[in-house]
Amino acid sequence: MLSSKASCNSHGEDSSYFLGWQLYDNNPFHGVVNPTGIIQMGLAENQLSFDLVESWLRKNLDAMGLKKDGESVFREALFQDYHGLPAFKKELVEYMAKIRGNKVTFDPNNLVLAAGATSANETLIFCLVDPGQAILLPTPYYPGFNRDLKWRTGVEIVPVHCWSSNGFRITMSALEDAYQSAQTLNLKVKGVLITNPSNRLGTTMTREERSHLITFAIAKNIHIISDEVFAGTVFDSPGFISIMEAAMDRSLENENPGLWNRIHIVYSLSKDLGLPGFRVGMIYSNNETVVSAATRMSSFGLVSSQTQYLLSNMLANKKFTSKYMKENQKRLKRKKEMLVSGLRTSGMECLKSNAGLFCWVDMRHLLSSNTFEAETKLWKTILCEVGLNMTAGESCHCSEPGWLRVCFANKSQATVQIAMRRLRDFAER
Amino acid sequence: MGLLSRRATCNTHGQDSSYFLGWQEYKKNPYNEVNNPNGIIQMGLAENQLCLDLLEPWLMKNPDALGLKRDGISIFKELALFQDYNGFPAFKRALVDFMGEIRGNKVSFDPNHVVLTAGATSANETLMFCLADQGDAFLLPTPYYPGFDRDLRWRTGVEIVPIHCTSSNGFKVTLPAIEQAYRQAQKRKLRVKGVLITNPSNPLGTTMARDELYLLINFIEDKQIHLISDEIYAGTVFTSPSFVSVMEVLKGRNLDQTQVWERVHIVYSLSKDLGLPGFRVGAIYSNDPVVVSAAIKMSSFGLVSSQTQYLLSAMLFDKKFTKEYMSENHKRLQKQQKDLVSGLEKAGIRCLDSNAGLFCWVDMRHLLKSNTFEAEMELWQKIVYHVKINISPGSSCHCIEPGWFRVCFANMLESTLKLAIQRLKSFVSSIAMKSQSHQELKSLRRKARNNWVSRLSLQSFYDREQDTTTEVSFSYRPHFMSLSNIAATLDAAA
Repeated sequence: MLSSKASCNSHGEDSSYFLGWQLYDNNPFHGVVNPTGIIQMGLAENQLSFDLVESWLRKNLDAMGLKKDGESVFREALFQDYHGLPAFKKELVEYMAKIRGNKVTFDPNNLVLAAGATSANETLIFCLVDPGQAILLPTPYYPGFNRDLKWRTGVEIVPVHCWSSNGFRITMSALEDAYQSAQTLNLKVKGVLITNPSNRLGTTMTREERSHLITFAIAKNIHIISDEVFAGTVFDSPGFISIMEAAMDRSLENENPGLWNRIHIVYSLSKDLGLPGFRVGMIYSNNETVVSAATRMSSFGLVSSQTQYLLSNMLANKKFTSKYMKENQKRLKRKKEMLVSGLRTSGMECLKSNAGLFCWVDMRHLLSSNTFEAETKLWKTILCEVGLNMTAGESCHCSEPGWLRVCFANKSQATVQIAMRRLRDFAER
Repeated sequence: MGLLSRRATCNTHGQDSSYFLGWQEYKKNPYNEVNNPNGIIQMGLAENQLCLDLLEPWLMKNPDALGLKRDGISIFKELALFQDYNGFPAFKRALVDFMGEIRGNKVSFDPNHVVLTAGATSANETLMFCLADQGDAFLLPTPYYPGFDRDLRWRTGVEIVPIHCTSSNGFKVTLPAIEQAYRQAQKRKLRVKGVLITNPSNPLGTTMARDELYLLINFIEDKQIHLISDEIYAGTVFTSPSFVSVMEVLKGRNLDQTQVWERVHIVYSLSKDLGLPGFRVGAIYSNDPVVVSAAIKMSSFGLVSSQTQYLLSAMLFDKKFTKEYMSENHKRLQKQQKDLVSGLEKAGIRCLDSNAGLFCWVDMRHLLKSNTFEAEMELWQKIVYHVKINISPGSSCHCIEPGWFRVCFANMLESTLKLAIQRLKSFVSSIAMKSQSHQELKSLRRKARNNWVSRLSLQSFYDREQDTTTEVSFSYRPHFMSLSNIAATLDAAA
């Protein structure tokens, strides 16, 4: 009666990742109204710097009011051209470059807007991969990828296993192994998708990892998709090196134009600027055919012109974006350090991280056995008895049980302290 | 192994069709009353720009809606973080109320059955993903919106099989036509999953009669398939007969507790009624909870900006405003349509009788050089490049008869419409003149040839009699050549 897509489970929303959310929705923590409720530590949202954005908005009422110099620009704001508002794309590429220390420049004509990175990732897969083909993904990875990359595209994900023994870094042998697995399963590999900074780990890729990826992509003649949505959340050294910068360092445009045309970036304003509700994502590619096809596909998920207008004004204010970036990074670092030391007092160590809105926490010593069943039991206990919703490593396809992702950027200092206190009590038991 | 996917490199996006090519030509040379008065007038874009002057004052009087405030207090943070695919509850409530109002409150909608999407483009594709697998088919009455070739087929792999409608009955859907389409699908070994109708119709500008809707409901009941009713133009019905939604017919026949009820889905959007295409607000409405659930999850790929949801929930809750807006909207649409229809009539061009939409379905069959799609293309090219008006040829809408064009009227000022009509009038007169002189020349040539032929046959009779061909043929050759020269000169002048 319905399609197989509507009746199957490939949307992945029955995984624990989403179950935790549902339980939280039924019993959310609130400092005053519901102090014993569940504290949400499974949501990678950046709520630390809204006051800066709100202050900008108060001083720039015209942008919200769809006005320019007091005159209504409502009519101009109504367009629906899938090429996007030119002023907005210009500001976006400048902002993207700024986040990358201006070591790369981007051409607005190579930028395709999408309704969030969710839409951008799916669109890119539609453009690069046919149903039944595969994409390699380093583990652990964002659970949403199961839906975003596979569900409607019919594409398979083959994991590139990473281990705590080397800090979950991508190795050449892990890439080769994944490629072999795909071949054994009769799956043609079209590309590798990395998230850099990593969503789970909170780390930026090393030079060695970048080098492996590029060498591998050249050897296998495949695409590299670099999901850089957390690029603006790098708060500590080492700094962030975009795949585009790595490609330029190796002069790929001249030395290997084939690969230069197979590198694509996904970006969004949801994590850096903390605006997930506004649905602003984008694809950047040097490949004209990809840009052209993706632009047409963006009809299925355009960005509201009202939002494009507001944000093009905000990003045009370079003084604001500089101040925001600096302050945002400071606050992220502070919050992360608070979480790390709080967890340490409970006997839990975090993977050393320099980015992201979360920590990757080692709870292997708390497992009753070195199995994913034990991990799930631990996760459920922390959710239901301790009242903290974290994300279990298994839902992120981690190869080793016992690791959990804990978010810190979506709550106040006081809430983090309460969470830490609850964990301490639990650990002491 | 191709570098990119088949989807990226094929033509199923349909954007090489004349529908889109006309747009591109317009973009290169757009008409502007002041800066480019000889530019191309855009009559290929179904946008409603007639009532923006009503929206603007509302925005001025309701600064909180744009300013993301509630009772003067900023709720920016709440909205910036709101990415729940269930949608902003207040917005969904306001939207279903508005949808009910448009249908004369003869149907009421449950906000829990609404799925918000980034425009009807996204809604239609999402429904395809939910109801059909790759290689399945949907039946669509022709002519239909050219964008469906992309929206319903491109990434989904679903096929469209046309239900051919003709001018013989005003392009109404008939049972033989539906059955013929179903048989055609079976011949092509395609499993038919449903029928998709656009009501009011794009490009016809007509609302479906009750008997058409009964026909369709009976058909889908019998074949146990789905019916999608794309009702995005529901709010543009400016004269009788009034709009009858498929939901109203189902309720009227007490089918609301049956299986058929769960196989009927509506697509809606605020792009046409409210004239806000840039805000990307679309919706799927379904009575099947499984479809709603799957569609909601898929809507992650095209959510509506929370900033926009908030603005529009405030606007749609202002019932006084929406009532006044819709009433004025209808008045202006009706006037503009009348101006176009009467203007075209004076140029000897008739339109299909219409009561809705932002366009007319125009009959230019009499202007074709021949009853073919090649002739239609030739005419279209002349209209775009020489008359400088972009309209949509019927072939791009899969119309089965050549000579029909969709001409939009709601995206321009009255003065621009007048100018477009003037240009068309001049064009038609020049064709008439050419055609007249062509006819005159044709008859002149016919006369001349007849004379020559009769003389030649007479002479050859003489020739045969006397057997002195050389002398005779020489004496007539110059005559023959001079006549054919004249004919050639006349042809060149035509």
